[in-house]
Amino acid sequence: MSIKVRYFASLKERIGRAEEDAAIAEPVTAKALWRQCVPELPPPEQILVAINLEYADWDSLVRDGDEVAFFPPVTGG
Amino acid sequence: MVKISPRPFDPWAEAREYQHAAAQMTGKFGATNLFVGTMRDFNEGDDVVGMTLEYYPGMTERALENIVREAGERWPIIDALVVHRVGDIRPGEPIVLVAVWTSHRGDAFDAARHIMEALKSRAPFWKKEWLKAKGERWVARNTDGYLKSE
Repeated sequence: MSIKVRYFASLKERIGRAEEDAAIAEPVTAKALWRQCVPELPPPEQILVAINLEYADWDSLVRDGDEVAFFPPVTGG
Repeated sequence: MVKISPRPFDPWAEAREYQHAAAQMTGKFGATNLFVGTMRDFNEGDDVVGMTLEYYPGMTERALENIVREAGERWPIIDALVVHRVGDIRPGEPIVLVAVWTSHRGDAFDAARHIMEALKSRAPFWKKEWLKAKGERWVARNTDGYLKSE
C-alpha cells in the first residue's frame, strides 16, 4: 500500500524534502506514518495533519492511496 | 467564488467585475462589504522588504470554499468572493480580498469578518518574510484579528 506524504513551509525546510511515497502494510495512524517517514524527529506538538485535503487528527487512520500532509500552523491572509 | 492568484491582483476591479457579472444579484443586495488585506513593510519591529506566501494547492481552495459555505449557513449571504494571493509579494500589494453581498449591512459586516478570521486560522497559507536586516524568517503565528493596535 502506498501513501503520498507531503510537507510544507518551515517543516519542509527542517526535514529537507517536500514529499515522498511511503509504503505501509496495513492502515496506520498519522502518528505512526510520521514515525516511519521522519524517524529522526518526534511528532512536533504544533504540527498539523491533513488527510486527503482535510484536517485530521494524529490518531486518524491512513489508508492505501491516501495523501497525507504535515505542516506548521497557518499564517496567511 | 474562491480564487488563488499567483500574480498581483486589483481587489477593487475583482469585486466590481464579479458583481457586474453576477446579474442575478441585481436589485437583491443592499450591502456590499469589502475587506482588503495589504502587505506591510514592517512586522514585529523589523523592516520587511517582501515575502513568499506558500499554499497547499487543492487543500487551500477546499478550505476557503468550506469557510464561505459555513458563513452562508450562518448568515443570509447572497454571494461572496475570496481572492488570495500566493507566491512572491511586495509591500503595498494586496494579499487577500473578502467581498460579501447581503440584503442588509449587519450580515455583510459579520459574515465578512467571520470569513476573514476563519481564513487566518484555518486556510493553509504560510508566510516567509524577507527582512531588510536579518535575512528570511517564517511567520510563526497569526496576530489576533480582534487585538487593538497600541
